[in-house]
Amino acid sequence: MTLTLQFFLVVSAALFCIGLLAALSRRHAIFILIGIEMMLAAANLNFIAFWRFGPQSPYPIGVMVVIFSIAIAAAEAAVGLAMVIAVYRHFRTTNVDQLDRLKG
Amino acid sequence: MNVIAFGAIAIFTLVFALAAATNPRLMHAALSFAAMFVGIAAFFFLLGAEFVGLVQIFVYVGAVAVLIVFTILLTRRNADKDRGFNWGGILVAVLVFFGLVWAILRTKFVYTSLPIAKALSVKQIGQALMTHYVWPLQCVAVLLTVALIGALVLVMEDKPE
Repeated sequence: MTLTLQFFLVVSAALFCIGLLAALSRRHAIFILIGIEMMLAAANLNFIAFWRFGPQSPYPIGVMVVIFSIAIAAAEAAVGLAMVIAVYRHFRTTNVDQLDRLKG
Repeated sequence: MNVIAFGAIAIFTLVFALAAATNPRLMHAALSFAAMFVGIAAFFFLLGAEFVGLVQIFVYVGAVAVLIVFTILLTRRNADKDRGFNWGGILVAVLVFFGLVWAILRTKFVYTSLPIAKALSVKQIGQALMTHYVWPLQCVAVLLTVALIGALVLVMEDKPE
């Protein structure tokens, strides 16, 4: 059996749905961020799979998109985690069920 | 490309992803998250994008996973466990998965077989970044600087003078 594109796409879809599960069913704020990072990683895998199986162009487009996506995801994770620390310092909790007011 | 290698990496990645999503113990979930990114980097190596695989290991496993572990250590509650199971979340995730797989298997892709690919060297990536993609490169540099300064400002404590 040779590998086709659909194998990689199905694995990427499974990874995306596991990330969705983590983002929807967790109560700790950090794990919602972990779910979001997992969804971004699944999208990166999709890009590289399409780049490899598609027409080989002179510019490595899929690789470029993934490099920028990794950089942006790392920046977003850093800012999100800084916000979690700031919220914890103020409210002493990371349980998102208890963070339901805008008033400090 | 080897189907056995693909199957092994896929099982490794999905098992650790599931462990990261559902384990009630926080540190175990964070370390499974790091192992999952090693699996995804192995996928990138299998697909011929070695530079991106190494960048993934440096940035995600080396920086983002360590950042998450430190944040867990800094925001500990008395009982550091967390519920990982929620029937509504599982239902939505399973429905979305079946929808995506149905869409993937029904689509007639134009390119499904593996073309003979030239190896992508780091020199080509560097040349493309400096000539064709220089504008996104500068934007991402500004974004990273802004994110760094923003994260520092958010966690800085005001010292009473």
